[in-house]
Amino acid sequence: MFELFKGLQVDWLGKRKLFIAISMLLLLIGMVSLVLKGRFEYGTDFKGGTVVVVKFNETVDIGKVRDLLPQADIQTVQSSEGGSEFQIGLAKAVETEDESVGSEAVTTALNKAFAGKFRIESSESVSAKVGGDLRRQAVTATLYALAGILIYIAFRFEWIYGAAAVFAVFHDTLITLGFFSLFNYEINLTVIAALLTLVGYSVNDTIVIFDRVRENLKVRRKDDLEVILNDSINQTFSRTILTSALTFLTVIALFVFGGEIINNFAFAMVIGIIVGSYSSFAIAAPLVLIYSNLRKPKVAVNRR
Amino acid sequence: MNKRIRTRSIITLGITVLSIILFAGIPPSVEGMKQRIRLGLDLRGGTQLVLQVQVDDALKATTDQTIEALRAQMEKDGITVRQFTRPANDTLEARGVDPAKDAAFRNLVDGSFADYEIVSSQGEVPNTYTLKMKARAADEYRLQAVDQALNTIENRVNALGVAEPVIQKRGGPTEHEIIVQFPGIDDPEYVKRIIGKPALLELKLVQGTSSYPTREAALQQYGGVLPPNLEVLESAKAENSGSKIYWIVNKVAGVTGRELKSAGVSRDENGRPAVSFNLNASGAAKFGRLTEENIGRLLAIVLDGQVESAPRLNSRITDNGIITGGGAGFAPEEARELVLVLKSGALPARMTTMQESVVGASLGADSIKNGLVASVVALVSVIAFVLFYYRASGINAMFAMLLNLIILFGAMAYLGATLTLPGIAGVILTIGMGIDSNVLIFERIREELRAGKTPMSAVSTSFSRVFITLVDTHLAALISATFLFLFGSGAVKGFAVTLVIGLISNMFTAVFVSRTLFEIVLSRKERAETLSI
Repeated sequence: MFELFKGLQVDWLGKRKLFIAISMLLLLIGMVSLVLKGRFEYGTDFKGGTVVVVKFNETVDIGKVRDLLPQADIQTVQSSEGGSEFQIGLAKAVETEDESVGSEAVTTALNKAFAGKFRIESSESVSAKVGGDLRRQAVTATLYALAGILIYIAFRFEWIYGAAAVFAVFHDTLITLGFFSLFNYEINLTVIAALLTLVGYSVNDTIVIFDRVRENLKVRRKDDLEVILNDSINQTFSRTILTSALTFLTVIALFVFGGEIINNFAFAMVIGIIVGSYSSFAIAAPLVLIYSNLRKPKVAVNRR
Repeated sequence: MNKRIRTRSIITLGITVLSIILFAGIPPSVEGMKQRIRLGLDLRGGTQLVLQVQVDDALKATTDQTIEALRAQMEKDGITVRQFTRPANDTLEARGVDPAKDAAFRNLVDGSFADYEIVSSQGEVPNTYTLKMKARAADEYRLQAVDQALNTIENRVNALGVAEPVIQKRGGPTEHEIIVQFPGIDDPEYVKRIIGKPALLELKLVQGTSSYPTREAALQQYGGVLPPNLEVLESAKAENSGSKIYWIVNKVAGVTGRELKSAGVSRDENGRPAVSFNLNASGAAKFGRLTEENIGRLLAIVLDGQVESAPRLNSRITDNGIITGGGAGFAPEEARELVLVLKSGALPARMTTMQESVVGASLGADSIKNGLVASVVALVSVIAFVLFYYRASGINAMFAMLLNLIILFGAMAYLGATLTLPGIAGVILTIGMGIDSNVLIFERIREELRAGKTPMSAVSTSFSRVFITLVDTHLAALISATFLFLFGSGAVKGFAVTLVIGLISNMFTAVFVSRTLFEIVLSRKERAETLSI
């Protein structure tokens, strides 16, 4: 039998201060990056505006493309595929009534010099209002999902377990967002989907540990909670690492082969799977212990 | 093989076959799959528009119509009034109503114009009544406008012959948004022009006998200020001279497109393309009266507030007319488009495009290819790992995961769910969830075996213990996926759909199928003392 982590006996809870310090550091890095940059890099769907990808039949000079476009409106012009494909970002969206904006504006502008020599590969144009709506919707969906999980775990275990799991998930989400800011990745709807998947995975990991804690607590009534928590983490550790590694494999496949559009999604997953597995034993479990230690002295006083 | 295992095997096999038939047809084929798995616009290419109906246009139109109706009714009842104005879309003012007829006026409003209420009876001019549309009535008109717009768009899209369009309301009742999807169309301008045209046809009598070169010249005829019942409209197109011309016309239309029966392409007297139209019975009656009483005058044919042409009325006309393109004439496709939009009815209000996304067919094909490659790589590498790590039991996991995917696609085909690019990501994550369940079970079996249990009891204890964990993890994930589905839109929704179905099918394959496979293996051995895990 080929096994990893056989008979693991690590005192995870004893290292909780170290873990908390590491988490604080990671959160801090993200926060500093966010403060320095001032804001997240939102995708078109969240901030409003237009992004058009144009493919030419020939290689075209980027300066020429730039000159044709409505000057006041240009945000970005990037070329790829050796200068035959351009991604053009405009500040305005289709909303405005009489002007031609969005992909139409680009088509009109490029027709002046390249009529018949290009085609629109894709375009996305979102009004500022819809962008705001989508952003709000994403936040609402996330908060509802978290509340639902909190209630479910509180119902199946004890409320502190639910609170600890949700706190850990929050921690994962914040760290992942921090990395997005740090590496200048755009946040768009797909990334929100990724973040919510992380919520699922992270809670998954935490539940597996808590479930073992519940099982052990039933059999070993005399043992200290700290010992039981440690044992539970150790007993499930090979599963935690195996699953993370395997999920990681699938996400890496997405990151490498999934193409440009799914790239941000995969990036969020790559970061999130690591942080999510880590937080289940490094944040969620210690929180339960800290809470129960806080309550213990009171119980002792009451007994006297 | 005992009875329990046989029953379980039959159920598993049945579901497998059913799922394959559901998503690949009988006999299963790639063609069958293409028909049954509905692809989102991001994968097949196409255009999606989110349109917002400017519902206040509908309120404005209603208020204008109410003014005319009220004016006519007051005339009939002998209640004099100096002037009507419309200070806001939902508000009208009757200035200088005969003080002696106060009660009669109030009764008239309460009785016949119940959508409005009198909010004030004071103003600059003595005895001015301000009537405001009641909030409930206004909401009703707004919703009606959205429904009507939806209907009109449907008619137009159907007339265009776009394959498999999606036309739906979107967002809450106060959003007034309509989402339109055209698979396979990656040049949206044409479709946008067709569905966005209000196409309100109005026939209005012209004041005077000629047009004016500028708006100011027209206004000068009335000393700069038009009487409230008249308006200046510009021509739809520049005349042969190269600039637009202006007409003074009655504000109130004699006949509108609402009374249109049909429209068709025809030719004008110069042989250029034109549009002929037929009016319904009530329209024909009005039109007959209008033309008879005004022989010799000009009648402006107004489309969306612009004068297409203003022919002279030479005789009484009842139920048919012709729209010519003015001095410049219509191009053949212009005439065809006009027929299409007139036939499908006018839009009750303007629409603004809130969101437009276009995906070229080749980009969609690339995404499918990338998604497939990523899925296959993910699946193969995961299977290779479990076979290496869990040896013979890894085959179990492999079967469970493959079956999971088969059920996932079967269920998606059955439910008519749409597979999107984020949906493919959901599929890959389902592979991940599937492997997690198996790892969880296998690790537990190893643990129980280490504790000295026989394979048989190790397997059964592990499954019943891990079952609780799986229920907890899957339910928690389902809760978040459900909220994603309910509150998310577009990409997020496509992702949630596959995730929800994947979670449910995974629960089945991990708990039911995998266990059955273990039991089959164990029951085959004479004395089950070893287990390859």
